[in-house]
Formats: sequence, structure tokens, C-alpha cells
Amino acid sequence: MLMNLFKFKGGVKPPSNKLQSNHLPIAQAPLPARLVVPLHQSIGGTPRPIVAAGDHVLKGQMIGEADGWISAAVHAPTSGTVIEVAMHVRPHPSGLDSLCVVIEPDGKDEWIARTPIDHKAAAPADVFHHLQQCGIVGLGGAGFPAHGKLTPSKGVAMDELIINGAECEPFITCDDLLMRERADEVVRGIAVFRDLLQPKKVLIGIEDNKPEAIAAMQVAVDAQKEPFSVVAVPTLYPAGGAKQLIRVLTGKEVPGSMRSTADMGVQVFNVGTAYSAWRAIAHGEPLISRILTITGNVHAPRNYEVLIGTPMDELLALAQPHPDTDGIVMGGPMMGFLVPDVHAPVVKTTNCLIAHDDRLFPPKAPEMPCIRCGACARACPHELQPFELYWFSRAKNFGKTQEYNIFDCIECGCCSYVCPSRIPLVQYFRFAKSEIWAREREKNAADQAKARFEFKQLREEREKAEKAEKLAKAAAAQAAKKAAEAAAAAASPASEGEAPASAVAEAAPAPVAVDAEKAAKMATIQAAMERAKAQREAAQPKNTDALKAAQQKEIDEIEARRQAAHLSEPPPVAPASEKTE
Amino acid sequence: MMFAPAPFLLKDASVSQVMIQVCVALIPGIAAYASLVGPAILVQLVIATFAALLAEAVMLKVRGKPLVLFLTDGSAIVTAWLIALTFPPLAPWWLVATGTVFAIVVAKHLYGGLGQNPFNPAMVAFAVCIVAFPALMSQWPSVGLKLGLIDQMNIILGWTPRVDALSGATPLDAMKTALKLGDSSFDISTLLANQDIYGNFAGRGWEWVAAGYLLGGLWLWQRKLITWHVPVAFIGSMATISGALWLYNPAQFASPLFHLLSGGAMLGAFFIATDPVSGCTTPRGKLIFGAGAGLLAYIIRVFGGYPDGVAFAVLLMNLSAPVIDLLSQPPIFGMKDKA
Repeated sequence: MLMNLFKFKGGVKPPSNKLQSNHLPIAQAPLPARLVVPLHQSIGGTPRPIVAAGDHVLKGQMIGEADGWISAAVHAPTSGTVIEVAMHVRPHPSGLDSLCVVIEPDGKDEWIARTPIDHKAAAPADVFHHLQQCGIVGLGGAGFPAHGKLTPSKGVAMDELIINGAECEPFITCDDLLMRERADEVVRGIAVFRDLLQPKKVLIGIEDNKPEAIAAMQVAVDAQKEPFSVVAVPTLYPAGGAKQLIRVLTGKEVPGSMRSTADMGVQVFNVGTAYSAWRAIAHGEPLISRILTITGNVHAPRNYEVLIGTPMDELLALAQPHPDTDGIVMGGPMMGFLVPDVHAPVVKTTNCLIAHDDRLFPPKAPEMPCIRCGACARACPHELQPFELYWFSRAKNFGKTQEYNIFDCIECGCCSYVCPSRIPLVQYFRFAKSEIWAREREKNAADQAKARFEFKQLREEREKAEKAEKLAKAAAAQAAKKAAEAAAAAASPASEGEAPASAVAEAAPAPVAVDAEKAAKMATIQAAMERAKAQREAAQPKNTDALKAAQQKEIDEIEARRQAAHLSEPPPVAPASEKTE
Repeated sequence: MMFAPAPFLLKDASVSQVMIQVCVALIPGIAAYASLVGPAILVQLVIATFAALLAEAVMLKVRGKPLVLFLTDGSAIVTAWLIALTFPPLAPWWLVATGTVFAIVVAKHLYGGLGQNPFNPAMVAFAVCIVAFPALMSQWPSVGLKLGLIDQMNIILGWTPRVDALSGATPLDAMKTALKLGDSSFDISTLLANQDIYGNFAGRGWEWVAAGYLLGGLWLWQRKLITWHVPVAFIGSMATISGALWLYNPAQFASPLFHLLSGGAMLGAFFIATDPVSGCTTPRGKLIFGAGAGLLAYIIRVFGGYPDGVAFAVLLMNLSAPVIDLLSQPPIFGMKDKA
């Protein structure tokens, strides 16, 4: 497919290291002894667990239900017994625990009843619901629930649907193998996305270092007579970044500040997402397994189809790691991270495990001062000035980092890759971003507290004013009534009562109006005192109900003594008035 | 648990690699220079290197920085070489040493060390020495004075008296002096034709030194250690102003080619104004920086009191670099039509 491609600025060409793992077909990983399935595996909410320890679950049975629109269900990867629903380490750089469902497989691998959906006949909302219930999330890395990306933006025509098969990170070959072996189903999944989004064009971007995958996808597209373009894009990291691939294929530059690429009429899905969406639509299969590259410092690198929840160390053992392996990198070497615990389970977004050792990834040379050579700026695919961001991050001048667009940084690692001073630039930017987030959270909390306080004050003042107004009205009414009575009294002896009555009526409201405020205050106090008195009176009989004569006498004596000692003064009035309203 | 942030793969690059490549790029120019003035320049390079490393070591020690890591980064050597190449080749050893020590101690370390200096240390050394020792900084060997290594070393080390015959002028200086004599019958074409310090375009032999720097500079550009912006802007602005004045009055103003091949023009365009630490970093900023340096260098060398203007031009532009950078930030990805 010949078409005019665009270029993005920057980018680097690290050694691809893909040949080690892409020469063997996808193998099935054996059933592990225990599966630890984290509930939170996608961007958005944490699914609610709907199973408990001791429950028997079937393969594909939902164990965590979506807790909102941007959330996706989680399922049992095989049949077995739920051992516990408890906190376990999750595959995240933080090393923090998260709620997981631990399942002991029964070995039968018994499926639950699966219900496919005819996406052409069903309403889009039903299809979205089906995908959400099947736990389909973006498999390219971020794990955004797929159904959340299948509606065009309001008022923006969907021009291009882009399918990301670029796989630009070194070492990773899971998308390559998926496209080679299961191109047909990938293309069918793309057709589903096409039917839902109705784009003008469908472009499948694959880096030109994967000729077999490109050929396989082209064959599948031709066989299904789909008008999709399979496009070989130049191999240049990070061509597989959503915004970079959009740029290369369409020339559009989606700003970092734009939350959804759909606002520019383009949407991107990973090939793996298309595949699992098709399995969900056509076979009713939820997302319970994925293809995973196991490579690095191992004897037998290869791609495996693995169940979500399989412990990483068990998988790494399949590839026979060399004895000097000292850790596991999840993801690629550019954006991945060393898992804090090798027992951590594989999740939906785990695309690669790399056995780490010092020969493969030599320890970094000591950090030197920045010499402002600008290599980072030339490598940055978002055309930022990383060295400026570095100075500002180091100085904790976070306002400046935002002026220099730190939130447009996609943390691709190109700057760190080229830096001759070996500065871990991305680390500095993560630090700055998390500091800014933390400060914003603090500021928001403070703002909310302030708003709450101000609202309370406002409400209290309003209530006071309302009360005063009410009382003023009552006082005015009282005064008017008195005036009217006086007028009536004055008028009754006279035969023509017009003039004096009007004179009184004229005279009476004037002082009322002038003294309204004072009268209102007085009335408030009066009312409060009366209420307090009434309360006291209402309460007192309760305490002295049904007293015997002797008791009453005793009390009377005590009261008399108290009176004599001036002890039984009435309680202060003002606080009572505050409380009674 | 070990901690190592991504990326795990790193390009094979280091500060010392950068500096070594800059030194390598200077070699063609040094070779031409040595063939012009003899081995004296090599002696000066050794003196400057030695002084620079010594000063660097002392300062690192004082500042409590890792000695081996920073001594081997090569930055002091680049500074030393630029000093040796801009000072008169037969200058006394202590002059080069003083300049170098001043560059390393004051212009580099007192400003915060590697990567922090606002001024190009070598140019600071040149400026300080030409102000403090104007006579010694203006004594250039006359062309045709062929001395051997021993004789040159004796002069540099002060064991032989500095005879007047040694103290010629640079072709630039000679021209300025001649023009300032005010003889109206006198013009540049007769000067170029009659004085044997001039070759076809500029100073005899100096043309080759400039060509050597040009070659090394192009190699640096090809290695992506420098971008085209600064050299192109420097050469462009110097060529434009010199060309305009030359067209206006060819008898009183030398041709652009003369200016570009004389003095520190090529060294400045490719090796000094391109210093990333003290220069601009944005593409537009680099263009402004280079153009400003080329323009100022011309103005100072033609209308000012010093034989060449590259050092002062670069220092003046160093001063402006932070503001230029601030005002020339390029639009980022996705924001080009908004900028």
C-alpha cells in the first residue's frame, strides 16, 4: 500500500532485539497452581468483587463487575475455587498491594456459558455493554476500557480509525506474532470497530521491521474484502505512540492537552484489542488471557498465550532464564519497569517480560551535569525542551515546568536514551508531575474546605436575615394591628372616622419602618426568651411529675433556700436562642 | 530491591565522547596551523592542557567533586585547546597558563563548574589576557620566520629574549594598521598584492588553517554534535555585512572571503559560538546567537580597537543567550498552528 506518510520530529533507533523472540509460534503457557487476578486492571474504576472465598468459579465467569462507565469487568481465567479475595502485590512500580481474587484451578478448565452478540443487529449501547462485561480494555499498554473509545466526539466527524500494530518498543513481539498467526480475527475485530465508529478510512500501521505481519494482515484484509489500508511505517521509536502514529499516518498533530484523539476525528486501537474484542463479540469470550513475549536474559525467548493472573516468575521459568538474571522488566526496555516482586501476576496490559541482567542492561554510568547539548530536545517526539524541564524540575520550579509543557511529556524515554550526561530525565519529569498533582490535590482540598466554610457563613447570614425579616414583619403586623385598634377606638366616638384613622395609620407605620431593625432584634430576643421560658416550663413539669407531697415540700424548701442564696437565676438567654432555631 | 528507572537501554554516549570528538575535529585546523607557524602551537597545546587539568583537579578537590569522573570528561581539555589556538603561538608559557587557569578556576568552576558557566571559558581567558597583556597578546610571528622546535620552545619558555623580529601582526591586524595610517592612495588590493603575509584570499597560510577548522566543523555537524544553525548564521551575517561594505567601498573594506578566512572566524563559527553551555539552545535562538556573534565580531575587528572581535562578540552574545532562549521557545507537538 503506497501512501503519503508524514514524519514526527525526534525519535530514536535503539537496537530492536526482536529477532530473539519472533521466530517461534505462540505457545500455550501451562495452567499455574494459583492465579492471582487483580480487580483493578484498567484505567478508571476498580471493579467490585462479586465472589467470595470458597466459591466455585467457571472459566470466564465474572468475578469483578464494572463500577462505572470507565471500568471493565474482570473474569476467572479458568475454573476452580476462590481461595481468597485479598490484598496482593500488583505489577506496578509502586510495589503496592491491590485487591485480588486468588483462584486455585481445578484443572478442568470448564467454560461458563458464553453468549456472542450480533453487533450489527444490536444497539450500540448493547455492544458497549457487552464489551464492558467482557472486560475488553486497550492491550497496547494503557488499558483504557475499549467501549469508552468507540463513540465519536460530538460534532466531530470520525475521519480515520487507526489500528496500532507498530510495536515500536524493542524486545516486544507479541503484536507481531498475533498479526502473523491470527490476522483474520484481528481484521474482523477491526471491522467491528469500523461498524461502530463509522470512520471514513481505516489505517493499519505496522513498523516496517515486521514484513511477515504486514503480509499476513494484507492477506486477511484482502480475503475479507475490507477497504482497510495496511501501511508499513518507518521503524523509529516511538512510532507506536498513539499521537506519533496518528501523525505518521494522517499528518494530524493531536496536542498533549487534548484528552481524546476523537476530538480531532481520529481514534486508535491496538491490534490485540481488536482481536480480543472480536473474541468477545463472536464467541462471547471475556478477556482472560493474552499473548506475552518472554525474552531478555533467557535461554528460550518466545511468545506465550498466558492466563491473566499467572505469576510472572512461573512464566519466566518457561523461557529458562540464565542464572545471573536479577529481575523482571515488565513492558519494553524504554518504558517498562522492574517489577517490585517477581511473584506479581500478569495483568491485561502486560505485553512483555524481560529477564534483566547487567550484561543486557548495563548499570548506568554516574550522572553528570547537563551540558545543554540539546540532544534530548532533538530526540523528543513531542518537541519539548527536556533539558529546560530538567533544570526546572531539579529546582522544584513546578510553575515553570508547566509553562514548558511538562504534561505533554509521554515519558517515552527518548531524552534519557540520548543524554550524554546520563541524566535520568524521565525520572525528573515523573517527580515533577507527581509533585504538581499532589499540590493540586492539596489545593483542591483547601479550596473545597474554603468553599464549604464560606457557604456555611453565607447560609448562616441568610438564615439570620430571613429570621429578622420574618420577625420584623410580625412586629410590623403587630404594630399595624395595634394602630388599627387604636384607630378603631378613636374612630368609634366620632361619627366621621376617616381623618383621624388615616392620621394614626400614617403616623404608626413610620416609627415601625425606622425602628424595624431594632424592633426585629428586640423581637428576636423576646421570642427567644419566650421560647426558652416555654421550654423550661415544658421541661420542668416532666422532672417534677407525679411527686409525692413530701417530695414536693422538700423541693419547695430547697427552692426557697436557693432563692435566698440567689442560686436559681434564669439561664442565659442568648445561647438558647442560637440553639433553638 | 534494586531500583533502575526506564529506559533500560541507553545510547552509547557520554560527555567525554562529546569532548573527545570536539578535540578530534580540531585536528585538521591544528595541523594546518602547525605547518604555518611551526611546532610552537603543539608546545602551547601541551602547556594549556597541563595547566587546565591541574587547575581542574585543584578546583574539583576544593569543591569536593569526584576527581576521576570529572577530570576524564574532557571539557577542560577542550577549553585548553581553544585557548592555545587563539593565543599567539609564541606567547610566553606563563601567559597561556595564566589564561587557562583563569578560564578553569574563574570562568568555569566559580560559576558552578561543568554545564553552569554563562560565558565561554576560553573566550573569557582571551578577553582577560588581551586586556591585561595587550602587547604580548598582539605579538604574532612574522610569516617566513622558520624556527625549529628548540628555538620556539626557548622563546615560549623565556630562555631566549623575545626579539622584535618575532613580533609581527596577524593579517587582520596588519590590514587595520595599514588602513589607519590614513594614506588615501593606499587600498586593499595593492596591500594584498604587495605584502607577503597575504595569500590568495586572506593571510598566507591562514587560509588553510581556516579551511582546517571548516573541515572539522563540518565533521562535527555530520556527527550531529552541532547543528547547522550557529555556523550558518555566523558565517551568513559576517558575509552579509562585510559583503555590503565591500561592495560600497572595495578599497577600504576587505572582501567577505578575506574576513571569513581571517582571524578566529571559522574557529568561532564552528567551535566557539557553538558551545552549548554558554550559547543558545533553541533553533531560532541559535540563529540569532550565531548571527549576532558574526555581526559583532566583524564590527569589533573592523571598527574596534582589537585585532579580532570573535572573543568579545561571543561573550556579548553569551550575555544575551538566556533571554534569547526564553523568547525563542519553539512551539511543541500539536501546538504549531496556535503559536
